[in-house]
Amino acid sequence: MSETPEPQETETSAPRNVIEVRDLVTHYGDRMILKGISMDVHADEIMVIMGGSGSGKSTLLRHLMALEHHTSGTMRILGQDIDELNNVELVDLRQKLGVAFQGGALFSSMTVGENVMLPLFEHTKLDRKTMEIMTRMKLQVVELGGFENLMPSELSGGMIKRAAFARAIVMDPKILFCDEPSAGLDPVVASQLDDLILLLRDALGMTVVVVTHELDSAFKIADRITVLDRGEILFIGTPDELRASDNQRIQNLLNRVAEDDTMDAETYLNRLTGDEPAYRPL
Amino acid sequence: MKHEVKEAGASVVVAFEGDIDLQTSPAAREALLEAVGMGKPVVVDLAAVSYIDSSGVASLVEALQTAKKGGQDLTLAAVSDGAMRVLKLARLDAVFTIHDSVDDAV
Ligand SMILES: Nc1ncnc2c1ncn2[C@@H]1O[C@H](COP(=O)(O)OP(=O)(O)OP(=O)(O)O)[C@@H](O)[C@H]1O
Ligand SMILES: [Mg+2]
Repeated sequence: MSETPEPQETETSAPRNVIEVRDLVTHYGDRMILKGISMDVHADEIMVIMGGSGSGKSTLLRHLMALEHHTSGTMRILGQDIDELNNVELVDLRQKLGVAFQGGALFSSMTVGENVMLPLFEHTKLDRKTMEIMTRMKLQVVELGGFENLMPSELSGGMIKRAAFARAIVMDPKILFCDEPSAGLDPVVASQLDDLILLLRDALGMTVVVVTHELDSAFKIADRITVLDRGEILFIGTPDELRASDNQRIQNLLNRVAEDDTMDAETYLNRLTGDEPAYRPL
Repeated sequence: MKHEVKEAGASVVVAFEGDIDLQTSPAAREALLEAVGMGKPVVVDLAAVSYIDSSGVASLVEALQTAKKGGQDLTLAAVSDGAMRVLKLARLDAVFTIHDSVDDAV
């Protein structure tokens, strides 16, 4: 870790960016999903990504984690242009990124502790004892101290999410990515997860990128919010700026107005007849 | 990361310098356990440590427990703000005895 230059040393603008995306275009098969995204994520901020279902939030998140190939555009993550990295350097980079995915599942055949410890097993040569202590420390942080020997089936939904967070931060990532961390949780438990995200940022100085549908959660935790709309950026700014926006689509989002499917008649006809490219697996 | 071991009064002082992270914490762990093995009170000097991650903190925890089992003291000196935040988050600020400086500790 110590030999990799920190973005601080290469980045002169203030605030310091841990992620810089320019004109990012991505496809699944022939279908363009992200249509020219440019955005920065500042060090130590909580950036929330919002937008309708299918707008490309999860896709963008996977790109920000250097997990997918893009068609064009550039991406710098922690100061490194990912197109210039070889496979070993990519693996190194990904180790500095923590992930709590949509679903956030634990492996049901392993104990909670083994689940949390897994990234350490896979990516480090630390002594077993060190790994065990790190695991217990991170379980303590998410208020699951002493739960390491239970099986996931013995935990509640909220506890499973918190354990997944403990796993996501077990390697002390520089950036933590969360895709709908509170999906399917009751509001009280969801709000505890929000508090946890704030704590991690404040106490560990992590940068956090969160995809969420929950407006309350977004306004509570976000320093800035990015709104995606059909693969394009509709808005980037602070929660206050978002509230003040007079853009109709943003107001619809804020007021939870369901939008008409605005696919035009010709596209619809072409899709039904198979002339509009359907997406296929990569 | 570098480290230096010296005796000060009745104590052994282990002074680290640089980053204690996933790459370097195995060496830090070894140095700590070795110092504990000398059978004297151990002071861990963190003044020159710019960054300590949770693998480094875990090594401190293991060394503390090993020392305690042998009836020895292990204390920390000159803990940086960043390291203190990591300790606090895991509620370890109450577990370790923390001195402002090595001089206070020995
Ligand atoms: N692996 C894939 N293969 C092909 N198409 C995909 C794949 N993943 C997503 N897509 C398509 O890309 C578009 C964006 O999907 P994405 O999952 O990023 O949306 P999202 O904003 O996260 O939606 P949601 O809020 O429902 O999670 C959708 O049209 C989806 O069908
Ligand atoms: Mg999604």
